[in-house]
Amino acid sequence: MSAPVLRALLLWGIAMLAGLAIAWQSRFTADMSFVLPLHPSPTQEVMIRQIKEGVVTRLLMVGIQGGDAEQRAALSRELRRRLVTSGEFTSVQNGEAGSQDADRDYLFRNRYLLSPAVTPERFSVAGLRESIAHSIDLLASPAGMMLKTTLTRDPTGELWAQLGALDPAGEPPTRAGVWASRDGGRALLLLQTRALGSDTDGQAQAIATVEAEFEHARDALGPAMALEVAGPGRFAVRARETIRSEVSRLSALSAVAIVAVLAFVYRSPRLVLLGLLPVGSGALAGVVAVSLAFGTVFGITIGFGAALIGEAVDYSIYYFVQSGQVGAAAWRARFWPTVRLGVLTSLAGFGALLFSGFPGLAQLGLYAMTGVLTAALVTRFILPALAGPAPAVRDLSATGARLAAAARALHRWRWVALLLAAVALAHLTVHRDGLWQASISALSTSDPADLAADQALRADMAAPDARYMVVVHGADQESALQAAEAAGARLDTLVAAGRLGGYDSPARFLPSQSLQRQRQAALPDPEILAQRLATAQADSPLPASRLAPFIADIGAARSQPLLDRAQLDGTHLALATDALLERHDGGWSVLLPLRPPASDGEIDAAAVRAALGGTHILFIDLKGELNGLYASYLDEAQILALAGLAAIVALLAATLRSLPRLLAVTGPLALAVVLVMAGLHGLGKPLHLLHLVGFLLIVAVGSNYALFFERTAGPGGLDPTTLTSMVVANITTVIGFGVLGLSSVPVLHALGVTVGPGAALVLILSAAFLTRRPSAP
Amino acid sequence: MKLRDGLLALILYALLGPASAALDLNQLMADLARHPGGRATFTERKYLAVLDKPVVSSGEMRFSPPAHMEKRTLSPHPEVLVLDKDVVTLERDKRRLTLRLDSQPEALAFVDSLRALLAGDRSALERSYALQLVGDTQKWVLHLLPSDQRISALVLRITVSGQGNQVRSIEYLQADGDRIVLDLLPIAGS
Repeated sequence: MSAPVLRALLLWGIAMLAGLAIAWQSRFTADMSFVLPLHPSPTQEVMIRQIKEGVVTRLLMVGIQGGDAEQRAALSRELRRRLVTSGEFTSVQNGEAGSQDADRDYLFRNRYLLSPAVTPERFSVAGLRESIAHSIDLLASPAGMMLKTTLTRDPTGELWAQLGALDPAGEPPTRAGVWASRDGGRALLLLQTRALGSDTDGQAQAIATVEAEFEHARDALGPAMALEVAGPGRFAVRARETIRSEVSRLSALSAVAIVAVLAFVYRSPRLVLLGLLPVGSGALAGVVAVSLAFGTVFGITIGFGAALIGEAVDYSIYYFVQSGQVGAAAWRARFWPTVRLGVLTSLAGFGALLFSGFPGLAQLGLYAMTGVLTAALVTRFILPALAGPAPAVRDLSATGARLAAAARALHRWRWVALLLAAVALAHLTVHRDGLWQASISALSTSDPADLAADQALRADMAAPDARYMVVVHGADQESALQAAEAAGARLDTLVAAGRLGGYDSPARFLPSQSLQRQRQAALPDPEILAQRLATAQADSPLPASRLAPFIADIGAARSQPLLDRAQLDGTHLALATDALLERHDGGWSVLLPLRPPASDGEIDAAAVRAALGGTHILFIDLKGELNGLYASYLDEAQILALAGLAAIVALLAATLRSLPRLLAVTGPLALAVVLVMAGLHGLGKPLHLLHLVGFLLIVAVGSNYALFFERTAGPGGLDPTTLTSMVVANITTVIGFGVLGLSSVPVLHALGVTVGPGAALVLILSAAFLTRRPSAP
Repeated sequence: MKLRDGLLALILYALLGPASAALDLNQLMADLARHPGGRATFTERKYLAVLDKPVVSSGEMRFSPPAHMEKRTLSPHPEVLVLDKDVVTLERDKRRLTLRLDSQPEALAFVDSLRALLAGDRSALERSYALQLVGDTQKWVLHLLPSDQRISALVLRITVSGQGNQVRSIEYLQADGDRIVLDLLPIAGS
């Protein structure tokens, strides 16, 4: 071996070792973060935080079915007891009597710092007379019976004033003493995991604990009852399982099928192994590049490796089959320029994806670019040295002759392709308005059955779908809470006008220090209060003489320490507060989820925007944001696809330097795209973002085949051996992408069903249009 | 929850709308079962330990057998309470509170037994109460003493009294010692 060859081998060996070391250290993730934007706007940032680490992502909903109501309730109690002891959950709620005593106790004990009704006027003679008379009126109603036991301590009804603002339908009904679905058919529990929502391992562990404890509890209680767990954590765990199992399954399937094809063609284990060398190098280089550039490698990126195997193995097929005929040196001279041009068009196509703001696409682009480039370079510079000067591929001339005959037949029938293309074009023109699906759900990995179970449990829990929320920011907790109180005051006017059903705010349970001080200052001196009560209650059924407990409580509240977050510990209000009050790098944010008015169930977004106008308060429509995000990806992908296409055409034009030849090469590509697009739509597949990317890849990958037909064909048409190498290379590419079509992960599936058939069509169409009639002997 | 207990306790009177009466328990039951329902004005007095004077409220009640009841309070504060099958709805100050009875097994047992009274189902009634009827057809008093512990946690004694075939008063002695008296005056022609 010559020194330059040795140097190349040495460099390659070192690079591979370094690559393995980096890949070993890489972080892999299989969650949905690949759909979240790389450069988010402020509202998107709020949305991303909610999706990735919002407290909602730590909630699990549990349903118990089967048995009778009493048995389910017993199991629910036992499960709650076990889960509380497990220590893996920060909250386990099932509506058991007494489980909310701590909440009521907190609201009652601190009522003079918490009640929105506390003002100096409330404790004037007139204010006392009016509010106490109101409480007594309430006693006439069943609604006020709860006030009876606390009347002498809270005659002005501050507990009542607080409860009025809370969500009346915020809890599921109870049956046999625990929460149950509306039809009573299942018992319900609501859990908050200690593990973060982004910690998929922790979520998986928590779900496993629920399942294990459920089985223990059920075994103890006997009857056949079934468990259902839903929530963001469940989705994350399922999505990861799906992506993980599919990545290994698809890669294995693709590798086995391709090795089988290679073994059939080469009849030599050594050549098969050598042929996989560029592929392995490419895949490793791709992972390393993504890991270094992005920090984290998405599961779908690895899944895309199945397709990369099929594409990258092409170069070694060209080399082995073609050089077997003409020798390594002649191959380099005659075929390498065409292969190189094919590599460059592929790079142009994948490279366009690099500029996508959709991280999943950007990673795929970088991964595929690095992989293809590495595979080509290894084929060109390493493979000849390892394989020897003239690799012995078996004689394929018989196969080649048959293929050449087939190509000539295709050429005779090329008008059929034109006819089909015309039909396809007509179909697309008719349906041009409804081609693209405009919802981000197209990218979701969630199983529809899981989604249905989740929605059913969510409805039973009366858990609001937090579509609309108002968000305020502050440099610290105090200013964030003050901002929330100011936003709340604006929202109150909408609630009073019936435009809004209500809203949740952490400032209800944890008012800002300044508002607490303000309320404390509104409380009168006990002696003055006693005098005012004597006047106000002179002829009331509730005379001042009975109100000593009230005066004592006011006295205590005047000097009680102000509330902070720590005092919420042990109540469910802590959960609600933490969910809505969050600390992050830039300070503190408060979320105020909005509830629709009961009358028509729709929030008038324009009215809310108008009420918040002229402030720094953000109003977010989460569903709209997500769909807007998807629409922006789609718009961007269209631009990128066009840019990639332009780059490929420019590359071809610069190399071919002839308009007729350029048209000859691009014609089959255009026809293939039209046929695949119409075919997918005709089969009822809604087209989305990834199909669009797939069309770009048809051009990027398919141009290799068209180029071979155009550039290397002699006067007698493409020689049989070259044709054979192209058919084999095409088969491996179709296998690689076709396998992705079997995936249930929408991103991979879409690329597979687009590029697989597309690549095959390009070869067939190239054969039909670029085969020349054999010249007369 | 105390709110629900209290609410359900009060539904009791509503269920016992105008009805006819008889000296014999079986006949009283039969008359109650046959009663077509109707309207009555009511005056309700709550004698609460915490207040010097009773809280008085008044309005109109309507009962349509077998399971629909409305109690419209006009004074001191307008309010509408509706019991339809197992759903209780309370409307007050433009706010609406809906409650399902089956969410509280104790309360459900209580309301079920009162339905049994209205339906004249003596055997169902005697599963939850000891019954004691005194007086004659012109002036009778029916005492219901809970034997079911879930009910006696809410109410110690219910006393229904009537004249002829009319229920005129229901007295309800709560477990905490407070007492509620509901006087009814049927509206003629209803």
